[in-house]
Amino acid sequence: MSIRRVSLALAAPVCAFVFSIGLSSLVLLAFGTNPMDAWSEMLSYGTRLETFVETGNRATPLYLAGIAVAIGFRMNLFNIGVEGQYVLAALLAASVGAAVDLPPVLHIGLIIAVAMSVGSAFAGVAGYLKVHRGVHEVISTIMLNAVALAAVGFLLRTWLLDESDTTLNITTPEIAPSGWFPNLNKLVEVFTREISRGRELWGFILVAAVVGVLFHVFLNRTRPGYDLRATGLNPFAAAAGGVDPEATVVRTMLLSGAVAGLIGLPQILGDAHTYDLGFARGLGFTGIAVALVGRNHPGGVAVAALLFGWLDSAAPILDVRGDAPREIVSILQGVVVLSAVVAYEVVNRIRQSAEAREAAVASQQSLESVSRTTT
Amino acid sequence: MTNLLKTSTVLRWMLAALGVVVVLSVVQELARPTTIDLISSGTAESTLRRAVPILLAGLGGIWAERAGVVNIGLEGMMVLGTWFGAWGALEFGPWWGLAIGIAGGAAGGLLHAVATVTFGVDHIVSGVAVNILAPALARFLSGEVFSGRSGGGITQSPRVESVGSLDLPFLSGGDLLGWGTPNLFGWTASQDWLLVSDVAAVLSGITRSLSWASLLALSLIPLSIFILWRTPYGLRIRASGEHPVGADSLGVSVYRMKFTAVVISGGLAGFGGAFIAIEQTGVYREGQVQGRGFIGLATVIFGNWQPAGAFLGSLLFGFADALQLRDRTAVHALLLLVGIVLIGLAVRAGVNNKRSSAAMLLITSAVVLWWYAVTEEVASELPPITPHLATLLVLIFATSRLRMPAANGLRYRRGQE
Repeated sequence: MSIRRVSLALAAPVCAFVFSIGLSSLVLLAFGTNPMDAWSEMLSYGTRLETFVETGNRATPLYLAGIAVAIGFRMNLFNIGVEGQYVLAALLAASVGAAVDLPPVLHIGLIIAVAMSVGSAFAGVAGYLKVHRGVHEVISTIMLNAVALAAVGFLLRTWLLDESDTTLNITTPEIAPSGWFPNLNKLVEVFTREISRGRELWGFILVAAVVGVLFHVFLNRTRPGYDLRATGLNPFAAAAGGVDPEATVVRTMLLSGAVAGLIGLPQILGDAHTYDLGFARGLGFTGIAVALVGRNHPGGVAVAALLFGWLDSAAPILDVRGDAPREIVSILQGVVVLSAVVAYEVVNRIRQSAEAREAAVASQQSLESVSRTTT
Repeated sequence: MTNLLKTSTVLRWMLAALGVVVVLSVVQELARPTTIDLISSGTAESTLRRAVPILLAGLGGIWAERAGVVNIGLEGMMVLGTWFGAWGALEFGPWWGLAIGIAGGAAGGLLHAVATVTFGVDHIVSGVAVNILAPALARFLSGEVFSGRSGGGITQSPRVESVGSLDLPFLSGGDLLGWGTPNLFGWTASQDWLLVSDVAAVLSGITRSLSWASLLALSLIPLSIFILWRTPYGLRIRASGEHPVGADSLGVSVYRMKFTAVVISGGLAGFGGAFIAIEQTGVYREGQVQGRGFIGLATVIFGNWQPAGAFLGSLLFGFADALQLRDRTAVHALLLLVGIVLIGLAVRAGVNNKRSSAAMLLITSAVVLWWYAVTEEVASELPPITPHLATLLVLIFATSRLRMPAANGLRYRRGQE
């Protein structure tokens, strides 16, 4: 990789981010707020240890969501259904986790296995429909999202409701402490001061990191990963090369759904220990944004997830101090997504035309050398 | 008669509508006395009101996809429509609200057009980005503009006025030049004649206190059909969606066609959003679009990329929506209806010698009818997802009959195959 290529690759997200900051500043100015106050307030609040802990907690599910989406994107498969997959998986995993009594590690393992299987199975429906019924996955997953959310509402209200809860909370029973994922506060505090305000860094961030590494290894070091990438780059060439496109579609959806199933677990295993009405929704859609900004690359998605997580963690200070409405951060994120995808496309074109030019020069030179030797 | 049936689309539609009314009234008789709302003027009126935003989103989807651009951002454009519609209605009155809502949606469409047509970004990616950006913008603007006003806040606007409605003269007793005309449908509906009164009740429901905005929206169906299929401009748009390279070689400015079609698409979605805020609820509320943009997208497929088909789909979904709001027991009776329709489909499949489909349909029908028999009420979560389930079923069983524009969703760059 030449310096030129690296700088081109980095130019796009940096330009997109700078552009988004600029546009959001203009929006703030238009409504009579000083953008510099807002940004500096966020920077000073956002560089505190507690905010970093919060950033990690928010980035973990976003990273998993981003990877789940990226797995599909890498072969041009749009799993818009991550949203429904993870909510359904979280509900069922929390219920199963509360229903059993197991030794610590096994208990967590079972909950993770249930979540991954549910997410995988539900995503598999879309894969099956695409392969055997020719239903485009974008439409089927959008429709299945609604089905999953309705199912979650119904199940939580009826069969999976904690009957013993007397506080009128709509929640599943609590998971026993053997199914709680330990936090990483002790580990972090080796390097830093004590984390105050009762903040805990959820240990599930390690699982997310492992998922990222596995994703990288799978894509670049295994045969199915190669098939997946090849199909994404050129489905016809891949099919001609012996890749079974139908099996790859189903496999990719199953894998994407399995990772999607993990999204809700940081919250459930690390903090809530139940599935209730306070469970975070919408991470599947934010995951799409994170995957887009991170270019479906395990490292890029991590940067995007941390960026989005940090923005979400630092934003509340704006409301507290009254410098600017915190919603400006949502706008910033939306603009980042849109400008990032446009910037990537522009860079892609520049790269393609540069490659075409180089190829033309090279072929010209070889032609000249051939004609020189013949004369 | 058969010849006439083939030639006259209008007559065919009227006969189909009559058939629906007959089936509904039969089901209503069977399900008495638990429900009386399956077929009534109130349900008909509510159905139309609920169908209009879905119809507009569907028309928006058709405009974009006929030009070859998949517009999954309809949802976000509708959100923009709700906010700008409510804001416009608040500041300048309801008609301006509609206009500004349309402009807001069109701005979203413009964004999508710039990303997909000018920069060649993947259509789904750009649409998703619009869907992320629009609610954020609406929330921010609400905080800046609506908070501090009475009844307003970061998640909702103060109440806004609607554009008003009319009773059609003669049919539903509306005024004509100051003269109160007779109310034909209303009178017939009150006569308690078998079937005839039911038909009249439905007609009375859709012609009485009909919103001007609904009338405007309905007129966009024939207008879209006319522009897209009867004018050179429409031909160019459709050519850009079927075979952009061929269209370009014949001198069509494909970029411009796609651009305008997507902006119009956004405007239609914005109209749908503004309709929700101004006509349906009388207020902007966060999240009030509730996936109607996606349902509109579904009606595009449902209706085979035809405006009339999308209208049919929107009526179906509007009906499910209306019933669930008006009368839960009616939703239960709907199971009976679905069971009967499935038997009808099974008979048709049997006549056509498709044994396995017939058997499958019969079994499904038996399950649904059994469900109807053993329960008193349907889970409240089911009715809202009927559009989604119906779309999935249509896609699963009728894919072979659907044909989308050939170059739909494909990236197009001039001079590149």
